[in-house]
Amino acid sequence: MTAPIYTRADFQTDQEVRWCPGCGDYTILASVQQFLAGLSRNREEFVFISGIGCAARFPYYVNTYGMHSIHGRAPAIASGVAITRPDLSVWVITGDGDALSIGGNHLIHTLRRNVNLTILLFNNQIYGLTKGQYSPTSEIGKTTKSSPFGSIDYPFNPVSLALGAEATFVARTLDMDRSHTQKMLEAAYNHKGSAFIEIYQNCNVFNDKAFIQLTGKEERVHNRIDLEAGKPIVFDDGAKAVVMRGGEAVVVDSNSVDPKAILVHDPTNPNASVAFAVSRLSHGPYGPTPLGIFRDVNRPTYDSEVNAQVAAAKEKLGEGDLAKLIASHGTWTVDPSGNGASA
Amino acid sequence: MADDIATVDPSSTTTEVLEKVVIRFAGDSGDGMQVAGTRFTDASALFGNDLATLPSFPAEIRAPAGTLPGVSSFQVQIADFDILTAGDEPDCLVAMNPAALKKHIEDLRQGGTLIVNTDTFEERNLAKAGYESNPLDDDSLRGYRVIKVPMDELTKEAVKGSGVSGRSVLRSKNFFALGLLAWLFHRPTEPTIDWARKKFANKPEVAEANVAAFKAGYTFGVATEATKSTFEVKPAALPAGTYTNVNGNTALAWGLIAASQKSGLPLFYGSYPITPASDILHELSRQKNFGVRTFQAEDEIAGVGSAIGAAFAGNLAVTGSSGPGIALKSEAISLAFIAELPLIVINVQRGGPSTGLPTKPEQSDLLFSLYGRHGESPVPVIAAASPSDSFEVAIEAARIALTYMTPVILLSDNSIANGSEPWLLPDIEAIPNIEVDFVKYPNGPDGTFLPYLRDVQTFARPWAIPGTPGLEHRIGGIEKDAITGDVSYDPKNHQLMTDTRAWKVANIANDIPDLSVDGDEDADLVVLGWGSTFGAIRAAARRARLDGRKVATLHLRYLNPMARNLGEVLSSYDKILIPELNTGQLLKLIRAEFLLDAVGLNKVAGEPFKVSEVAEKIMEMTK
Ligand code: SF4
Repeated sequence: MTAPIYTRADFQTDQEVRWCPGCGDYTILASVQQFLAGLSRNREEFVFISGIGCAARFPYYVNTYGMHSIHGRAPAIASGVAITRPDLSVWVITGDGDALSIGGNHLIHTLRRNVNLTILLFNNQIYGLTKGQYSPTSEIGKTTKSSPFGSIDYPFNPVSLALGAEATFVARTLDMDRSHTQKMLEAAYNHKGSAFIEIYQNCNVFNDKAFIQLTGKEERVHNRIDLEAGKPIVFDDGAKAVVMRGGEAVVVDSNSVDPKAILVHDPTNPNASVAFAVSRLSHGPYGPTPLGIFRDVNRPTYDSEVNAQVAAAKEKLGEGDLAKLIASHGTWTVDPSGNGASA
Repeated sequence: MADDIATVDPSSTTTEVLEKVVIRFAGDSGDGMQVAGTRFTDASALFGNDLATLPSFPAEIRAPAGTLPGVSSFQVQIADFDILTAGDEPDCLVAMNPAALKKHIEDLRQGGTLIVNTDTFEERNLAKAGYESNPLDDDSLRGYRVIKVPMDELTKEAVKGSGVSGRSVLRSKNFFALGLLAWLFHRPTEPTIDWARKKFANKPEVAEANVAAFKAGYTFGVATEATKSTFEVKPAALPAGTYTNVNGNTALAWGLIAASQKSGLPLFYGSYPITPASDILHELSRQKNFGVRTFQAEDEIAGVGSAIGAAFAGNLAVTGSSGPGIALKSEAISLAFIAELPLIVINVQRGGPSTGLPTKPEQSDLLFSLYGRHGESPVPVIAAASPSDSFEVAIEAARIALTYMTPVILLSDNSIANGSEPWLLPDIEAIPNIEVDFVKYPNGPDGTFLPYLRDVQTFARPWAIPGTPGLEHRIGGIEKDAITGDVSYDPKNHQLMTDTRAWKVANIANDIPDLSVDGDEDADLVVLGWGSTFGAIRAAARRARLDGRKVATLHLRYLNPMARNLGEVLSSYDKILIPELNTGQLLKLIRAEFLLDAVGLNKVAGEPFKVSEVAEKIMEMTK
């Protein structure tokens, strides 16, 4: 069979897209559709599972198989698909409330197991669908409808969380930067196991300009740290660099250190400590913040291990014989005269 | 006779032939009473008796040794006819320590046989059990035939030379007790000896210690004056065929595998460990060569969530738990209901609410199963009546789920799950196939796929699984248009979809058998039950009939929808009795649905009905 040729339109549905005008979700949707079309993989082999939230509407707008499920549970549902159908490409669409609050447990366990699926976390640092309460990634002090005196909840750093949960692929990107997003999607797609991408997504209605330091024309050059495998971590047009000091990643003036001391980014490092240190350079999109692939390592995937055990059992014992199974705990026969006789 | 067990001169003993006998093993959790009971049961099953068992263990994994909460027991009734329950009061009680005696002696019938391990009746243990004086020395045990055995001493003596030493020596004392009972009740000895050697094949010294203790117990019986009169229960005249002894959780797991084979769909079981449902997970996780995939999820919600994903992907998807876990799954079951995905949800009920009595049976989740979800979400509910019935019920749950594209709740309870009974092995070939047709081609105009265009017979929506070209579609929790499956907030459409889903489930009544009454056709009283009360109700009705009463019984497998003729059948009796291990849940449904003045017999004491309790009520109502 020849590979199908798709355009972005093939991955669009006839459903009217119902996000607020100007929402970052539109850009992400376009990036994903574009990326899928470019893969030349049969459309029916993709499954998108979402939870609840603005982002969770996503599957309705992608012309593949999909399920818009319940709040926080998408990773669990997607695990059921991925474990039983290794032939499919399974994607989870989630948000900061969905994945990090109500669904936090499923997120960390899916990452730990390394189920073969890709999780796109749209982080807008606010609850959009319920009209503007602080989320588990909102900054301290944020004034919202449910925190009129300022939020007192210490926020998660999603990348640090994913690394702590033993994720084998962790990346961060920005809705606005479609080419960077597509690069991250491609790497995640090629990764075997759970791939986690935090996507900074602007909610222009309830939390506009949350990522301005990374998107603003003036600001971004100073703050955007692009991680590139095999390259020293430098930014701000080369003026700033990252070095390791006492186990901590710190930003220094490039010309104040020996160039050899600058941290060379290696996402394949089996030890996650350095990636974690890099993730601690910022605790949100404030000031210098790394974007790119933090970690990309190999570990056996959960689904392949499950299916290997099934295959090994069949190999060793042959296809299950139910008649034998139900007689396997010892039997006795009663003859037609009704007399019991031990067997 | 196996090996070199002492043989008996028959003239020196008397043997009483009994129709049935109830034996209870009781001891400290660490005394191996469940093993002793199971071994006695299996030997009896292989001998050809009918039987039923009732294990009972403490909720704590390691309750303090020697205390009342630490007592574990196993009751078995063996008979030469088809009995229905594990029996009300034991004819023979084995008490391994004072706490076991204290906890169970009241149940032993007057004149019954009491076997006590005298070595444990010392001051500390007596105090822990709350005895002020040693009951073996005062005359509190008169009225029973007491066989005093220094089991610790005799076990130590017996296992000398086996290679087992130290504290492990006394772990064989359950086998000593078992040997003594084998003698006393004329049980075959080979099955137990064979089992011990097989089970402990990797620890030959343990196997030999157990065998030695078993033989010593048997020999003690042969040699001791106190045990000169023995009992025999002849094999039961059961229908011809091959039998095995099976418990409910195992039968349920095997039934799911059967449904997987008969539907041609791989079985997926997503579950989180919980008493008393975990054994289903354990059994299924062993059967991987049947293509079974088990997933021990991070929590109950992920258990059901993964199963919903597996259902969407085209598997026979199952999740299992007990009451508290089902409560956590409730939201997800409603998702499966509105998404119209086939899913089996097993609830092995236990005493509630909350942690309640996690190791005891109760039927208190009936209304919860019917109504315990948000929104209008009626799901089919069916219940197993006995351990072996669980096999058929599992297949039936799968048939309904797959035929009607709906979640189905399957109810079992702790007494079914852990109780066992002989099971006439079914002919696997003869079990009908479950037809499953994944849609392969577009069903709408211009090559479109309409995920809610229903089957005209079943009202099931088409099942198109990922990987099928041209049928890409999205489902989910938001209300969908009745045909296109697009998101719809249209008020009329929601009314239509709500009615349609309810109607689809109600219509299953046309696809289940009518109820047939067991017992006297001209009876005034009908006893209606569901679930694990089956045995006690049937046995009680039998007892009442022996007393000249006219009684009919009816048992419900289908709780939603119920059999079409239920109202008509019930109305034809003057009186209706509904015994339940809850405070009257089916009773409420029957009274509301049919406006019939049914009477309840209700119990929530963490144990099944005694036959006598139901029989007394029947007598009272048929005076
Ligand atoms: S509320 Fe915010 S996140 Fe939601 S659709 Fe509107 S702009 Fe986008």
